[in-house]
Amino acid sequence: MAAVTADQTTQRTAGTADPADAARTAAFDAAVAADDRIEPRDWMPDAYRATLIRQMAQHAHSEIIGMQPEANWITRAPSLRRKAILMAKVQDEAGHGLYLYSAAETLGTSREEMLDKLHAGRQRYSSIFNYPTLTWADVGAIGWLVDGAAITNQVPLCRCSYGPYARAMVRICKEESFHQRQGYELLLALSRGTPAQHEMAQDAVNRWWWPSLMMFGPPDDASAHSAQSMAWKIKRHSNDELRRRFVDICVPQAQALGLTLPDPDIRWNEELGQHDYGAIDWTEFQEVLKGNGPCNEQRLDQRRTAHEEGAWVREAAAAYADKHAARPGTAGTTAQPVEATA
Amino acid sequence: MTAALALGDDALVLSHRLGEWAGHAPVLEEEVALANIALDLLGQARMLLSFVGDEDQLAYLREERAFRNVQLVEQPNGDFAHTIARQLYFSVHQHLLYEQLAAGESELADLAAKAVKEVAYHRDHAEQWVLRLGDGTAESHERMQQALDALWRFTGELSEPVEGLDVDQRSLRDSWLTAVSSVVERATLTLPSGPQSGAWTAGAGRQGVHTEPFGRMLAEMQHLHRSHPGASW
Repeated sequence: MAAVTADQTTQRTAGTADPADAARTAAFDAAVAADDRIEPRDWMPDAYRATLIRQMAQHAHSEIIGMQPEANWITRAPSLRRKAILMAKVQDEAGHGLYLYSAAETLGTSREEMLDKLHAGRQRYSSIFNYPTLTWADVGAIGWLVDGAAITNQVPLCRCSYGPYARAMVRICKEESFHQRQGYELLLALSRGTPAQHEMAQDAVNRWWWPSLMMFGPPDDASAHSAQSMAWKIKRHSNDELRRRFVDICVPQAQALGLTLPDPDIRWNEELGQHDYGAIDWTEFQEVLKGNGPCNEQRLDQRRTAHEEGAWVREAAAAYADKHAARPGTAGTTAQPVEATA
Repeated sequence: MTAALALGDDALVLSHRLGEWAGHAPVLEEEVALANIALDLLGQARMLLSFVGDEDQLAYLREERAFRNVQLVEQPNGDFAHTIARQLYFSVHQHLLYEQLAAGESELADLAAKAVKEVAYHRDHAEQWVLRLGDGTAESHERMQQALDALWRFTGELSEPVEGLDVDQRSLRDSWLTAVSSVVERATLTLPSGPQSGAWTAGAGRQGVHTEPFGRMLAEMQHLHRSHPGASW
């Protein structure tokens, strides 16, 4: 919050010093108001740029860290069909991460910089991935609930004011919907399977339900970035609004699955035409955000280790590329002076 | 033993090993590439095993001694260079083999014709990385050479005859050696000089005699399926 205020102050100061800036700000505001897309070469307020970098980096990091809880079950998937589906899904997530890093790079940051910040704990990823996958059914619960919550959050981002982000979300949402249906179908097979399988499915839903609701972020009255993001049309709906929409979608789906949601307070509110639900444990949410969730340390360690142990591979690729870019003859000529490429 | 079982087991086991890389790769592009190759191989395994019987029964309910894969594909991932060396040796072999099968008239011809396009990509991926690592930094050169040396003794089994497999084994062996030597040389590395198999390894995997890490791999792979007999997933 403090950072946003400081940025805005700078903006205003710059604006008074340079009359051209006032015109730029007006043009930006008009474009946002008209639902035009802001593109990488367009002028934009520093705070808008900073907010987008923060959000898009966090989104990309979530895809990458989010591979871990699911990859945890690739080697134990109980049928070859399920194994193939899970492998394809984890591969898609790596692809989404790449896509989002590229989109964020249009704002003047780099993938290396974002990864360094992730590894240093200076940029976040979604709190949900700090929970462990303890049984096979967790893979289904993640597909149904976690991907379901992500889609509820992300579909409105397809109309986000920043063009590269909006376009990334169109592609990503298509694949996410597919994953979500696969997760639902996995849980359905378990729920209708043996008593042990049914119990496994119910246990997974019990453990993933509340963390999934937390994915929508803090309640509206405690959300630091919401008002500004909505004004900029980065966000289109409030956290609580999206959370409520998600609950409304899940209740009938749980019934169809033959599973219950672990909240005795969920009931249809005739008057409001929506579901009421119980209180979220925001203390747990804050603890997970602070790094004290069940897997925070493990997730970051694995990411850092993969990066550090892969350093020699990346260095080799760079050295090879340098050698072969600089070597005369590979381009088909022998007369090319080395200085020309240096 | 049918040829489909041998080739299906090769693809199944290597796919599993590559699946272990998910979330651990040195760069995001390799997360995508390794998962992609693993997925191709799993698709091949499913088709091949389905020729023989029920894919899940074959994958999850056979014990170590009943698996017919070559020992090369069951070798642990090691560092990235070991994974790439294993990929080079296997994918060059698989590519040449599938090209022959695709041109032949066996029951595997159609399947091979489809898979050969995937395998050509796997082979290219492995060759490119051998070049980068071999001709990259001093460290990567060293690691790549070590990996090629360490896995060399498992390569002899690739050209052991497989019952019911309609291929010219001699030309397969010669083409494999030519292709691998060429990549190794371009990568400024040395072709390993030791025997391609100890007396005890020649054809062993095909007869169900495996290396120790394999049993542990199967324990992990089969545990859940075996814990719920008769369940469907």
